[in-house]
Amino acid sequence: MTFITRLRRFPFWSWLWFMTGALYFILPLLATFEFSLSWDPQYPLKAYQRAFEDQRFWNSFMYSNMLALTTILISIILIVPTAYWIRLRLPQARRIVEFITLMPFVVPAIILVFGLIRIYSQPFTVPFTDIVILQPLTNFKMGTNILIVAGYMVLSMPYMYRSVDTGMRTVDVRTLTEAAQSLGANWFIIITRIILPNIRSALLSGALLTFAIVVGEVVLASFLGVSAFGPYLFLLGQHRAYEPAALSFVSFLLTWLVMGLIQLVTGSQEQAAGAH
Amino acid sequence: MAQTTVNPQNRIAVTTNWKTWLGVAPFFLFAILFLFLPSLRLFTASFSAPDGSFTLNNIIQLFSEPFIVNAYKLSIQISAVTALGGGILGFLLAYSVTVGGLPKPLRSVLITFSGVASNFAGVPLAFAFVATIGRQGFVTQILKEVFNIGIYDAGFNLYSFMGLSLVYMYFQFPLMVLIMAPALDGLKKEWREAAENLGANTTQYWLKVALPVLLPSILGTMILLFGNAFGAYATAYALTGGRIGIITIQIGAQIRGDVLYNPGLGYAMAIGMVVIMAISLAGYSWLQSKTERWLK
Repeated sequence: MTFITRLRRFPFWSWLWFMTGALYFILPLLATFEFSLSWDPQYPLKAYQRAFEDQRFWNSFMYSNMLALTTILISIILIVPTAYWIRLRLPQARRIVEFITLMPFVVPAIILVFGLIRIYSQPFTVPFTDIVILQPLTNFKMGTNILIVAGYMVLSMPYMYRSVDTGMRTVDVRTLTEAAQSLGANWFIIITRIILPNIRSALLSGALLTFAIVVGEVVLASFLGVSAFGPYLFLLGQHRAYEPAALSFVSFLLTWLVMGLIQLVTGSQEQAAGAH
Repeated sequence: MAQTTVNPQNRIAVTTNWKTWLGVAPFFLFAILFLFLPSLRLFTASFSAPDGSFTLNNIIQLFSEPFIVNAYKLSIQISAVTALGGGILGFLLAYSVTVGGLPKPLRSVLITFSGVASNFAGVPLAFAFVATIGRQGFVTQILKEVFNIGIYDAGFNLYSFMGLSLVYMYFQFPLMVLIMAPALDGLKKEWREAAENLGANTTQYWLKVALPVLLPSILGTMILLFGNAFGAYATAYALTGGRIGIITIQIGAQIRGDVLYNPGLGYAMAIGMVVIMAISLAGYSWLQSKTERWLK
C-alpha cells in the first residue's frame, strides 16, 4: 500500500470530530479535578477531606439517597402493575398511558413545582364548606416529603415507564401469567414472583436512571425547601471555592458509576438489538 | 338468531368492562393528583386578576410586557442555538463512530461517555465550567499563557448568552449522539451499493439518499434538544446566580415572590412555556413517525 492510498483511507474528518468531542467531554472534568487539587500544594486532597468532613454534606447526601430509593420503590409499585395490566388486559389504554408518561417532557420541573406548591399549600376542605380534612402538605415535614417524592416520580416517569415496558416486551407476559394461574397463583404472587424477576434488568436500568435524576436535583428540592444534596452543593458554591469543585468531580464519578452499571445490566440486550 | 356469529373484535370489547379499567386506576389517580391538577390550576389561575375576577390581561401581557417577551426570546435563542450546535456536533460524532471508519472500540467509549454527559447537568456542570473557562479557569489560563489569547479581553463572558450556550452544549450533543448513532446504523449497506452501482459518488449518496432518510430523525432530535434546553433551570441559575433573564429563571423569581406582584402573570408565563414545549413535543413525535418508515 503506498503512502498516498493509506492517507486517503485515513478517516481524517472522523478523527477530527471525535477529537473535538473528546476535548469537550474531558476538558471541564480535567479542569475541575485540577482545581480541586490546587488548594494546598503540600496536601492535594485537602478539598476532598474538608468536603467529606462536613456533617451537612453527609446529612444532605443521605437524605437525597433516601428520596431516590423511596421514589424508585413507589415508582415500581405504581408502574409495574400498570404496564403489566395494559399488556395483559387493557391494550386500549396503551396510547393514553404512554401520552401521560410523556407529559413530564412538556411540564418542566420549574413549572411542576410551581403547580404543586399552588395546589398543596392550601388546606384540603370538604367541597363547598370550610371543614378542613388535611392541612397543607407544604406545612409539615412528612407532607413535604410526600410532595417531593411525588414530584420526582413524575420527573422520572418517562424513563421508568419506558424501561419497564421494554422489559415486558421481551418476556411473554401472557403465557407466563396463564402458566402461573393454572398452577394456582394469585395476582400478588404473579407480579412479585413471576413478572418482577423476569424484568429485573429493565427495572434496574430504570431505577438507576431515576437515581441519577433525583440525587443531584435542585429545582424541586430548593423550592420545596428541603435540605437535599443539590441545594447543599449550590449553597456551598456561594461561599466556598475548592470544596464545591471536589464534590462536583465526585458527583461526576457517581454519574459515571450509575451509567456504567446501566450499561452492564442492559449491555447484552442492546448489543443483541444492534446486531440485526 | 342474529347473535350466533361472534365477531372477535366485539368479544374483546365486551370483556373489557369497567372493572378491567380499575387495574390502571392508581396510575390515573397519581397522574391526576400530581400532574394534571397542578397544571390545570396554573392554567385557570392565569386567567384571574389579583382580585380573583376573570381577565385576559395576563395573557396579553405575555406578548406586551418587555421583560417577559425578552425572557422568552432569550430562552428560545439559547435553546435554538444549542439545539443546532449540539445537533451538528452530535451528528458528526455519531457519524464518525458508526460509518465514519473509526476503530470499533471508540464507539462504545463515546456512547458510554455520552450517557454520562447527557445526565450531568445542574450545579456540578456549572461549577465544572467555571473551573474551565471562568476568569481564572484552566483553559482560560492555558490560552493566555501558552497562546497569548485573552478570551475575556476579546469579549467572552461565561455568565452571558455565549457562555451559557457553551455550558448547555455539554449535555446537548451527547443526547444527539445517543439518538443518532442507532439511526445511522439503520442506513442499509444495500442503499449505498445500489447508489454506487447507479454511478453515484459519495456526495451524491449522502445528499440524495442518506440525508433525506435521516432528515426527520435529525430534525426530530434537534427539537428534543430544543425542549431539553428550554426547560433547563438549575444549570443557568447555578452559573449566573439568576442574573441571566431566561424564562425559567423569571418564573423561578416569580415563585420566590421577590419580583412580581401579580401571581396570575407568573401562571401565564408558565402556561406559555408549556404551550411551547407541547408544540415542540408534537413536532418531535410527528417527525418520529416519519422516521419509522425507513429506519426500523
